[in-house]
Amino acid sequence: MSPWVLAGLVGAALVGLGLYGLILHPHPLRKLLAFNLIGSGVFLVFGIVARRGAAAGFSFDPIPQAMVITGIVVAFAASALAVALILRLHAESGRVTLDPEAWTKPDDGAAKS
Amino acid sequence: MSVLPFLDVALALLVVGLAVWTIAARDLFASVVGYVAYGLLLALVWVRLYAPDVALTEAAVGSGVTGVLLITAGKRLGAARAGEAGPSPGLALKLFAGALALLVAGALVAIILILPDPAPSLAPQAAAAADGPGAGLGNPITAVLISYRSFDTMLEKVVLILAVLGVWSVGADKAWGAAPAPLGRRNPYGATVFLAQMLAPVGAVIGVHIFWVGADAPGGAFQGGALLAAMWMIAMMARITEPPRVDARWLRLALVAGPAVFLIAGLAGPLMAGSFFAFPHAFAKPIILFIEAFMLLSIAVALPALVAGPPNGRSE
Repeated sequence: MSPWVLAGLVGAALVGLGLYGLILHPHPLRKLLAFNLIGSGVFLVFGIVARRGAAAGFSFDPIPQAMVITGIVVAFAASALAVALILRLHAESGRVTLDPEAWTKPDDGAAKS
Repeated sequence: MSVLPFLDVALALLVVGLAVWTIAARDLFASVVGYVAYGLLLALVWVRLYAPDVALTEAAVGSGVTGVLLITAGKRLGAARAGEAGPSPGLALKLFAGALALLVAGALVAIILILPDPAPSLAPQAAAAADGPGAGLGNPITAVLISYRSFDTMLEKVVLILAVLGVWSVGADKAWGAAPAPLGRRNPYGATVFLAQMLAPVGAVIGVHIFWVGADAPGGAFQGGALLAAMWMIAMMARITEPPRVDARWLRLALVAGPAVFLIAGLAGPLMAGSFFAFPHAFAKPIILFIEAFMLLSIAVALPALVAGPPNGRSE
């Protein structure tokens, strides 16, 4: 099995694992970690497209690789924004739950305006 | 017989194993530590795919800076334990999520195994961008980022600025203009201070070097900027320096410098070379390095601003 097929299988496994964690973890920071796993799996699958596109004297296709570099930085920016929102949610309400039912309970009393 | 196939399989198993740990660990901190190690090993997978530039970015941004972001966030959440986030999902949901994850991963595997052969490639266009007369960039990735797909790269810097604005806007109204909360503890450990004093100057030199060689070798403004950002964050964790106030003029100028210089160079393209974001061949390399220098500055300032978070009215 060539290295790129192996890397592609790893990428597919990462997407599956990340999806599983994203659905099941109640903690938003854990959801964010799982989402980043999905992201790096997608980048890896795109990376093997770059590897297979070797031509013109390169052993890789530079254009998908450059897009992955851009993607990693944008993924970090989005993660930072998500972290800021989670911390603000915690500062406002004292809780970190994303469970919609927890917010509608009449006796929570923790929400400040 | 070469040992490389065995190393590849071992590396793949390690990466997947660490990903499982990241998902399965009970503790948030343990999960984040697993994620950082996972990112570093993933960088080795990228090296095996002949992608050293992506490997540098993944190690610096995907693993390192994201790890700092999540550990800092975990500390700031402090007492909020995982159990308070809500009840654990039931067995039915677990089975459903597992089946869905298997389905998606299986579909991806099937697609990977039937990818078209020969593969489509844009490498000839990238080679033209790198070797255009007078450009002479040895690193095709840098040529693609600044020349062939220049508009994307410029807008990506705008995305970074928008993310910084978004993070700052999340802060409380009365804290606006103040500095974000400190990154480190009040009395930093002596070892942290020693590490920051020894590592930060060396790391800053290496960061500038990675940017400078990026025209011809693996590296560039992204990777160098991320390294400079990491060194600044180490100094902030050791409390040698504090996060700057968000209304500091130098901070805002540094943030917009990269995209602004890039945009001005792009708008000058029609006058100099006949089209938007085109560079005259005779000066392409100096212009690309000039643009990258300002992007390095913007990235080195934007990443710590994103990690430090929104302005915080309290002093400690």
